[in-house]
Order: sequence, then C-alpha cells, then structure tokens
Amino acid sequence: MSKSLRLAALATLAMLPAAASLAADHAAPGGHAPVTGMPQLAFGHPEQGGYLVGQVIWLLVIFGVLYVLMAKLALPRLAGVLEVRRNRIEGDLEAARIAKQSADAAMTQHRTATARARAEAQASIAAAVTQAQDELATKTEAMNAKLAQQIDAAERQITAARDAALGALRQVSADTAEAVVARIAGGADRGAIDAAVDRELAARGHA
Amino acid sequence: MAAEGKINALHQFELTPSLGALGEAVHFSQSTLFMLIAVGLITLLMVAGAAKGAIVPGRLQALAESAYGFIHDMVVAQIGDEGKRYFPFVFSLFMFVLFGNMLGMIPYAFTFTSHIAVTFTLAAVVIVLVTVVGLVIHGTHFFSYFLPEGAPPALAPVIIPIEIISYLSRPISLSVRLFANMVAGHVMLMVFATFVVMIGGMGVVGYIGATLPLALNVALVGFEFLVAFLQAYVFAILTSIYLHDAVHLH
Repeated sequence: MSKSLRLAALATLAMLPAAASLAADHAAPGGHAPVTGMPQLAFGHPEQGGYLVGQVIWLLVIFGVLYVLMAKLALPRLAGVLEVRRNRIEGDLEAARIAKQSADAAMTQHRTATARARAEAQASIAAAVTQAQDELATKTEAMNAKLAQQIDAAERQITAARDAALGALRQVSADTAEAVVARIAGGADRGAIDAAVDRELAARGHA
Repeated sequence: MAAEGKINALHQFELTPSLGALGEAVHFSQSTLFMLIAVGLITLLMVAGAAKGAIVPGRLQALAESAYGFIHDMVVAQIGDEGKRYFPFVFSLFMFVLFGNMLGMIPYAFTFTSHIAVTFTLAAVVIVLVTVVGLVIHGTHFFSYFLPEGAPPALAPVIIPIEIISYLSRPISLSVRLFANMVAGHVMLMVFATFVVMIGGMGVVGYIGATLPLALNVALVGFEFLVAFLQAYVFAILTSIYLHDAVHLH
C-alpha cells in the first residue's frame, strides 16, 4: 500500500517540470503586454491582475480543503496510531512492573525457604549428634559395668582358688610331714604335726 | 532572458495559466496548480503515514509522525493544553508553507509562497482567526489587550494606538517576512545562474570563471533549503504565539 503511494508521490514530483513547461508553453504564444516591476504586485496588469485575484480565491479554497483533510481525516488517524502505541507501551510497562513484583516476591519466598531449610537441617544435625553421643555414653557405661562385673567375678574366683589352693597346701604338708615322721620315728602325733605345719606356714606368710 | 544578455530575475514569478482554456477561464495559474500539488503531497504523506498504524513505524510513518509531533509539541508548548483545538490549523498552515517552499526548490517548479498575495492571504486568515478566537473566549474584555495591565491610565491615549498599530502590523510582518525571504532566495539563485550562463559563454576563460557563481549557487541551494524550513517554522510559531495572546490575553 505505502509502496504504491510512494510511487505515486515520486511520479507527481517527476511530472512537475512537465506541468511547468506545459504552463509556460501555453503562455508563450499569447504575446501579452510585458510585466513591469514585480509580477507579485502587478494587480493593474490585464492578465496578471486576474490571476493574482484568482490565486487568492483558489488559495482560500485549497487551504480550506487542506484544513478539512487534515482536521477530519489525516490527523485523527495519526493521533489514533500514536494513542495505540502509547497504550501499548504503558500496558507493556505495567506488565513488566507486575512481573518484577512477582519475581521479587518469589525471590523473597525462596530466600525464607532456604533459610528455614538450613535452620531445620542444622537442628536435625545437632539432634542426631546429641543422640549419637547419648547412645555412645549409654553403651560405654553398660560396657564398663559389665566389664567391672566380670572383673569382680574373676577376682572372686581367683581368691577362692587361692584359698582352696592354700587349704590344700596345709593338708598336703601335714600329710607329708606325718608320713615322713611315721617312717622315720615309727609313729607320729597328728596334733603336734598340725601345730608344727601351722607354725611353719605362718612363718612363711601363708596363714 | 540570459540569451538577450539581460538578467530578468523577476520573470520567474509571473503567473501563467494552467490546465488550458478551462484554467484560463477560472484564473487557474501554475501557482494554484502547485498549491494543489502541495495539498496532494501533504495528504498523501499524512494519510499513507497513518495507514499501516504500525507499532514500530516505517520510514514514511516516522516522517508523518515526526511532523505531527513537531507541530503538536510546539502548539502545546506555546498555547498550552487549550491550544490542542488549534493544532489542525497550525499544522495545515505549517505543512502548506513548508511544502510550498520546498516544492519551489525543485527546478522548473513554482514557489507559490513567493507571492505576497498568497502570504498575505494566509496571514490575514491567521489574524482574523486570532481576533475571532479572542472575541469568542473573552468577549469585549478582549479589547483590554490593547491596554497592558499596570500601564498608567494617563498614558492610555499613547499606548492604545501603539498597541492597535502593532496588532494590525502583525499580518504585514508575517506575510512580508515569508514573501521577502522566498523572493530574495529565488532572485539570487536566478541571478547567479544567469551569471553562470553569461560567463560560460565567453569560451575557455568563461568555463573557469563560471565555476565561481556555480559554486555560490550550490551553496545557496543548501542555504535556501534551510530558509524554506525555517520560514515555515517561523510562520507556524508566530501563529501559535498570536493564538496564545488571544487565548490568554498576555
């Protein structure tokens, strides 16, 4: 559309010299009275005067037509185009503002969610650590108690075994001494021997 | 003209009939033809520029929009928001004068703004409109415009005639400024162009000598484009200022 209009405008411009020369050619054969002074002021000249007055009347008509074309046709259309663009730009700016607001809100939400998640994670880590330490302490305690119990039992066993061993030692010593004495002396006093063994054992620290 | 060895720089402003016998009958001159061409081009530019209504404008639309924005901003800046009512008028005036001046820069084209009858008619339309606007808005209070506020009443017999003369001289200065600028530019172009032909006709020395007026003419053409735009702008902004006075009374 605009291309053809542009062509039309160019064609109009190209026709200007032709139009002018046509006008000049038409004027030439007339051979009117020469115009003296400025042709613009030759109101008294037989031809020029008429054209000067005609020019004014044509001007009023043509300028009136231009005003109506501009005021009723061209300028309202252009104003509409400019209005549409202004509305479009304002709408786009408003949409951009709303999008920015929602982006800001999402960003804030994201930040709080991250902070909350971090706090939760740290809390659960701390709880897990405490729980593990508690469990470890309990287990250690139980193990210690069990070990202490086993040590006690073992010690008691050792004491019993030693006592038993010591008791047997006295018996064996007395029996051996009685047999030896009986062989040598041909009979033995069991009471004297027990007393002697007790004395000897006491002397050696095994009472 | 140059062939006769005489410089007739004013011949270019003579009105000749267009459109044959019919044109002759209704006094349709080449000046009127170029007014029609200007209106056609302006309408073409503004209607074609708005036709697509693209959000991202093309070249033609950008041109139409910048013309719209340029004059709209000027009118609002000069008159205020009430001035938007007069925007189509100022816009038509600016574009008509601008296209008249610019079409005149095309070789063989006629510059209708080089006619005082045209510029004075436009200026008269402006001053009549300004006066009507002032009377409609302010009623008889409009005449207080001719006695500035705070002026001593004793000086009224002096100030009022001066203000009235200054008011009435507005259309004259408005029209003569545009007319004189366009005439002077085109006369200078014609004079230097004639020099080029005259000096160029003197043989080899002439070819070298003719380069000076030719170079001058090249520079003048550029300058005339500036003047063509500037005078249209001056016409439009003075119209806006006068409208401001009528709307706001100083």
